[in-house]
Amino acid sequence: MTVPETAAIPKRDRLLRRTLRDPVAVACLVILALVILASLAAPLLTDYAPDHSVLSDTLAPVSGAHPLGGDGVGRDVLSRLLYGGRTSLLGGTLAALVAFLVGGPLGLVSGFYRGWFDAAAGWIINVIMAVPAIIVMLVVMAALSQDLNVAMIVLGVIMAPMVFRLIRASVVSVREELYVDAARVSGLGDPRIMRRHILPVVVAPSVIQATQLFAVAIGIQAGLSFLGLGKASQASWGAMLNDGFTNVYTEPTLLVWPGLAMAVTILAASLLGNAVRDALGTTETRVVRRRRPGPRKTAAGGPSPSDRLLTVEGLRISYPKPGRSGGSDGSDGDKIVVDGVSLTVERGEVLGLVGESGSGKSQTAFAVLGLLPNEAEVTADQMSFTGKELLGVSQAALNALRGRGIGYVPQEPMSNLDPCFRIGSQLVEPMRKHLGISRSEARTKALELLARVGIPDPERVFKSYPHQVSGGMAQRVLIAGAVSCDPHLLIADEPTTALDVTVQAEVLDLMRSLQQEREMGMILVTHDFGVVADICDRVAVMQTGRIVETAPVEKIFASPEHAYTRMLLDSTLEGGPARAALGAPLKEVTS
Amino acid sequence: MLVFLLRRIAAGVVLVVVVATATFLLLSLTGTDVARNILGESASPAQVSAKAHELGLDQPLVVRYGHWIDRAVHGDLGQSWFTGDSVNQSLANTLPITLSIVLVGMLIALVLSIVLGTVAALRGGWVDRVVQFAAVLGTAIPSFLIALVLAVVMAVQLGLLPATGYVALGTSPSGWLQSVILPAVALAVAATAATAMQVRGALIDVLRADFVRTLRSRGLNTRSVVYRHALRNAAPPALTVLALQFIGLIGGAVVVEKVFGLPGIGTLANSAAVRGDSPVLLGTVVVTVTVVVAVNLLLDIAYGWLNPKVRVS
Repeated sequence: MTVPETAAIPKRDRLLRRTLRDPVAVACLVILALVILASLAAPLLTDYAPDHSVLSDTLAPVSGAHPLGGDGVGRDVLSRLLYGGRTSLLGGTLAALVAFLVGGPLGLVSGFYRGWFDAAAGWIINVIMAVPAIIVMLVVMAALSQDLNVAMIVLGVIMAPMVFRLIRASVVSVREELYVDAARVSGLGDPRIMRRHILPVVVAPSVIQATQLFAVAIGIQAGLSFLGLGKASQASWGAMLNDGFTNVYTEPTLLVWPGLAMAVTILAASLLGNAVRDALGTTETRVVRRRRPGPRKTAAGGPSPSDRLLTVEGLRISYPKPGRSGGSDGSDGDKIVVDGVSLTVERGEVLGLVGESGSGKSQTAFAVLGLLPNEAEVTADQMSFTGKELLGVSQAALNALRGRGIGYVPQEPMSNLDPCFRIGSQLVEPMRKHLGISRSEARTKALELLARVGIPDPERVFKSYPHQVSGGMAQRVLIAGAVSCDPHLLIADEPTTALDVTVQAEVLDLMRSLQQEREMGMILVTHDFGVVADICDRVAVMQTGRIVETAPVEKIFASPEHAYTRMLLDSTLEGGPARAALGAPLKEVTS
Repeated sequence: MLVFLLRRIAAGVVLVVVVATATFLLLSLTGTDVARNILGESASPAQVSAKAHELGLDQPLVVRYGHWIDRAVHGDLGQSWFTGDSVNQSLANTLPITLSIVLVGMLIALVLSIVLGTVAALRGGWVDRVVQFAAVLGTAIPSFLIALVLAVVMAVQLGLLPATGYVALGTSPSGWLQSVILPAVALAVAATAATAMQVRGALIDVLRADFVRTLRSRGLNTRSVVYRHALRNAAPPALTVLALQFIGLIGGAVVVEKVFGLPGIGTLANSAAVRGDSPVLLGTVVVTVTVVVAVNLLLDIAYGWLNPKVRVS
């Protein structure tokens, strides 16, 4: 059996090409190349030795002999700048290299084998990272050597934990991947797995981190030599800064050259790393902000009957394809998820919105609540709640309606409560806002509600944090929250799907009794015809963004018109509640 | 929570002891003749060996270490080899200065990173890109380079603030702030940049969370959803990053102190390192690590306070 090889080599090529397409990355590479060339060619560019001091050239002005003048003890500034570049580049490279030589293999082994080695390495690393690097460097330079290059090698060891952490994390995440399991099952040896499957994944983040370590090391080295450490014969930008700072009142330009050289080199390295990250596509998602287009109003809908709660006509929701920034609404590049949905809900009526996952039923529900993500483009001929327009109105107007006019019960109970706030405060806050009641009144009402939704110990749950209650309990809390401000319409998005089977029936009973006692209209989003039969008056069946059939619940079960409805019914009734995913649904029925 | 804290304190003590021991051993590796260095070239061999005996350098390493740790446990970090000053006293003189600039820097970083991270996450678009770019620059540029620019521009060229020196908080609060603000800003830049990116990322994640949608479905206004609920949820990860940044701030302070002529712990460590004054250097390391451990402990407590899953269990 052959193991699928990761497409590592072409990927890396692509990364390089994509990086080179970024003008910032090219500029950084050019700058770094210039700095390296200038440092290497130092003997060609200047006749002076960097530590050759001529007393009469002390603070010499710019001249033909000294293109950048002389420093505080009569050394040529240009020469020191060029040779100092050697020290910086060599130091940065040494430190980054040592960090990878030490941290890389350790991280690889630690992440791959875990166990005691991993624990021990993690402990040592915490010790190293607790001490500021520069303090360690002071100790090391006092104890071992004043040579900056030796210091940079030690710095590499101190920075190794960062490499260790990165490599270890990458290895741990790859190790869990299925293809690595497959490779192991098929008998590939560990070294081979590491080389074939793990190294390729680690390369790109390593490049990014290498540029960062390089930049950090140059900064720390300059800091050390600025403090006066290091051998006097070693020209360095830090020592130049020190000299310039001593003469800051007489010749401040002495600070400019080394400062500029350092800043440019460090920034070029870090921006290069950043560009590689962008090319990798691991950059965090950009926050899209876009004005939502207003309603596409055609002929004004006739006056809605007084019992009509919700009217939706020709609702259309689309998302721009990733990578396209602009784009007019509805242009062909967009992904359309809801396409021309129309539905109504009467007072006291329960409408089931049924369909498979991805059919657009949840999107439709969120559109009514105005809770779609910012990048969604929503248009409709009409979308109104008790005669009030829902589309294109301000957030403030929507906020006045949400919770008060329309309540919402989510699907997954545990992720829908704010983990940082007590359950009580999450119930009290909306009531105080919508009903304008005092904290203690809201508290009383919240406790009543908790008792009403069947929570045996309301006081305790009121004071609890979400992680302290069970899923079924949390769902009851969310239902209590949804009805707390006496809404006329309840939108429930698969309210029982995430619950245990035993709890499902209870929660459904609760919702039905609440709906009847408060005469609420309700949209119940579900894929479960059992739930539909239990509670719904009318059913709208959705398929790929369209409503294919709307009918009273008895009729749907007795004589479904649309083939897709029949298929859904068959799969539910025969296969039980556990419904298999259907790849090509229509074909199965019609053939 | 109490058990958790006690465990953290114990781990911190172990850490300080391990680092102190490692530093002691490292400083004992020095090949140079310390007594000769102290007395200078003109001293006679007899004088040198007498000095070595006085400092206890003629004793075996284990004995010296045992002696040092015994005194250290009793709160005495010894005397400087060169000046004979008590290390405790030197640290007591210098620590407040370093803590002043580092803690003010932390405060600046905390406030600015929340503001910048939140703006970047909520605004998006070009504001977000500008903040992200600035953050890359901010994390890259070493703090002492920023300190140099601030010192030259604000203090030397414009004369707005004192370039050097320290005024104790007890002497004059406004003078203290003036002497502390520029170094604190220089130190804060990198920490601000790193923490702001964490705030931004965490906030974007939280704003996508299900419970935010549910809070909005209750009709809560954006202000409450973002500033009360989302920021509160985004705080713990940002705090973790800030704790890491603190170590960087202490390190940066060593060099920044020199720029502003502040006689802080970094200056003490620096002169001790140049002279090879092991007891002083050892003392600064011990105090630095202790401060790091203490601040991390405080941040742990803050983390627990912000995160009910840690606090209530």
